[in-house]
Amino acid sequence: MNVHEYQGKELLKDYGVAIPDGLVAFHVEDAVRAAETLPGPLYVVKAQIHAGGRGAGYFKNNPEGKGGVRLCKTLDEVRNAAEAMFGQILVTKQTGESGKEVQRLYITDGVDIEKEYYCSLLLDRATSWLTFIVSTEGGMDIEEVAENHPEKILKVSIDPATGMQSYHARRLAFGLGLKKEAMKSAGRFFMALYKAFNELDASIIEINPMIVTDQNEVMALDAKLNFDDSALYRQKKVADMHDETEDDPKELEAHKYDLSYVSLDGNIGCMVNGAGLAMATMDIIKLCGGEPANFLDVGGGADKEKVTAAFKIILSDPKVEGVLVNIFGGIMKCDIIAEGIVAAAKDVSLSVPLVVRLAGTNVEKGKEILSNSGLPIIPASDLGDAAEKIVAATQHSKVA
Amino acid sequence: MSVLVNKNTKVICQGFTGSQGTFHSQQAMDYGTKMVGGVTPNKGGQDHLGLPVFNTVAEARAKTGCNASVIYVPPPFAGDAILEAIDADIELIVCITEGIPVKDMVTVRRAIEGSKSRLIGPNCPGIITPDECKIGIMPGHIHTRGNIGIISRSGTLTYEAVAQTGAVGLGQSTCIGIGGDPVNGTNFIDCLELFMDDDETEAILMIGEIGGTAEIEAAEYYKSLKHKKPIAGFIAGATAPAGKRMGHAGAIISGGDDTAEAKMEMMRSCGFVVSESPAGLGNAVVEALSKKVRAA
Repeated sequence: MNVHEYQGKELLKDYGVAIPDGLVAFHVEDAVRAAETLPGPLYVVKAQIHAGGRGAGYFKNNPEGKGGVRLCKTLDEVRNAAEAMFGQILVTKQTGESGKEVQRLYITDGVDIEKEYYCSLLLDRATSWLTFIVSTEGGMDIEEVAENHPEKILKVSIDPATGMQSYHARRLAFGLGLKKEAMKSAGRFFMALYKAFNELDASIIEINPMIVTDQNEVMALDAKLNFDDSALYRQKKVADMHDETEDDPKELEAHKYDLSYVSLDGNIGCMVNGAGLAMATMDIIKLCGGEPANFLDVGGGADKEKVTAAFKIILSDPKVEGVLVNIFGGIMKCDIIAEGIVAAAKDVSLSVPLVVRLAGTNVEKGKEILSNSGLPIIPASDLGDAAEKIVAATQHSKVA
Repeated sequence: MSVLVNKNTKVICQGFTGSQGTFHSQQAMDYGTKMVGGVTPNKGGQDHLGLPVFNTVAEARAKTGCNASVIYVPPPFAGDAILEAIDADIELIVCITEGIPVKDMVTVRRAIEGSKSRLIGPNCPGIITPDECKIGIMPGHIHTRGNIGIISRSGTLTYEAVAQTGAVGLGQSTCIGIGGDPVNGTNFIDCLELFMDDDETEAILMIGEIGGTAEIEAAEYYKSLKHKKPIAGFIAGATAPAGKRMGHAGAIISGGDDTAEAKMEMMRSCGFVVSESPAGLGNAVVEALSKKVRAA
């Protein structure tokens, strides 16, 4: 789960991570009032959306204008910036062309920056140890730095048996070549990040840029936090920060039924049991010349209710011109699934071609239920057959 | 022979009296797995499915002589259950549970190092040696005994691989589902080592997916081997967009070597027969085997 910058900073502040003062605003007047409480003389107005590259982005209503992060010298400038951003669509390289509507702004104190750095903390999957990645190239795209200047990237991994120790923080600070005067602040900063990561079940904390101020204080100027979805049950404070307006409504609806759904660009809806098989089903549709409209894993314990919900979600996508159901029954029995498909297809009065491939436990009973249903369901014998049939059916419907 | 489990493997179940534990223990017993008991705290002393229930894994181990444990404990308590099994020196721990917090698994993974235990999973279908021992949730009846070792990160896609190898007239020596989480126990390389040493296994089918670099490392390991067995492979998720989690916590492209394309390319260059299509798994194994014949 992602949170907004201001929420991430709020969480980090509780652990002692230094951040510039700031307040969130939901309206123009809020924004001005927030700025009034800050010392000035410099204010930063930052659009709060779940995507990076805000500063370099542009607004759809004014592509030539300024981006989603604006420096202001007066309260009037803050008002103008807020008016220009609220309710408008911000496009960044991470949002895609559709962009995201700005509904929240973060008004922060402008600080004097001596130098910018990059700092992130995440799990190294090869070792299963938490790993700091830092670089002197602050404010840059870290993947580009890694590609072009790997020598400018320092990684420090933390053995979970000992947890983070002072020497880890020293390696980071010396590695970045920080001044002696900034060492103490840097030590506190890195230790606090590690503690926050562990106690909040984070999956990534990215501070870009991390800065050293003219007072030799190490601060987080930006913060991108992502959390482990599996641990949200024990992270109520984090879970409560969830901003549903950032999610795809279909993905949100799927989540309610414990379905795993991801919206894609194609026209063939898919319903599959198991994440690996669901990905493989998307892959084979593409290999046969079609385009999947979604990833959907109904999980191991799908019943009629879940299957119906899955159908409704798939069909709520206006791009969908055909549906492929691919079920390999293990725990799930094919006859139960077949009953669910028949009931759901009637319930939603299905009007696009439906190809169903069943395999595994009680497969014969399942096929019988489908063929006796009186519905125009196209049966498929295996994975390859299923993909060819749905691609043919959707291409046919296009011609017609 | 086979790897890790056979007809002599004595299995207990943690979370034995719960609905999942009950259902799958019964299925395993019907298949012929030598189940010897189970663990549910506060239910020690009872009988369940005709087998003794214990309060702790240590007690179950002492009384039954079990050498494997299968875990069907809910996610908030599953990390603790694995650690208890490690502490009791259970040789093989198979954790089926999906949705264990990553932080809990980081602790588990560290505890496994230097211990006497091997962990399979979590978030996996389990392990099966056809006609001898089934530990996990896979449908037993689709398997036939044979000479193909299967390793996979996914559940139902493993069943697909089993069905396809069956359809071309091949059976399986052992199938291992290593699970779809970013932090797990046994990895691809561990399984390749086991299959390379197993007399019964003639060829290997490795099914990976997007996210992480485990398949890249496995391919490099395979290439470095002096004595190789034929190997085929597939990577799911060629159509998955970057930054979107595809169901499995571990299946997300974050940039670099973790795309399906990069993995398939590396596998091919290391000597795998790679199937672009998930419908070509059985044929890929046949092709890998025929290469061996030609080479001989």
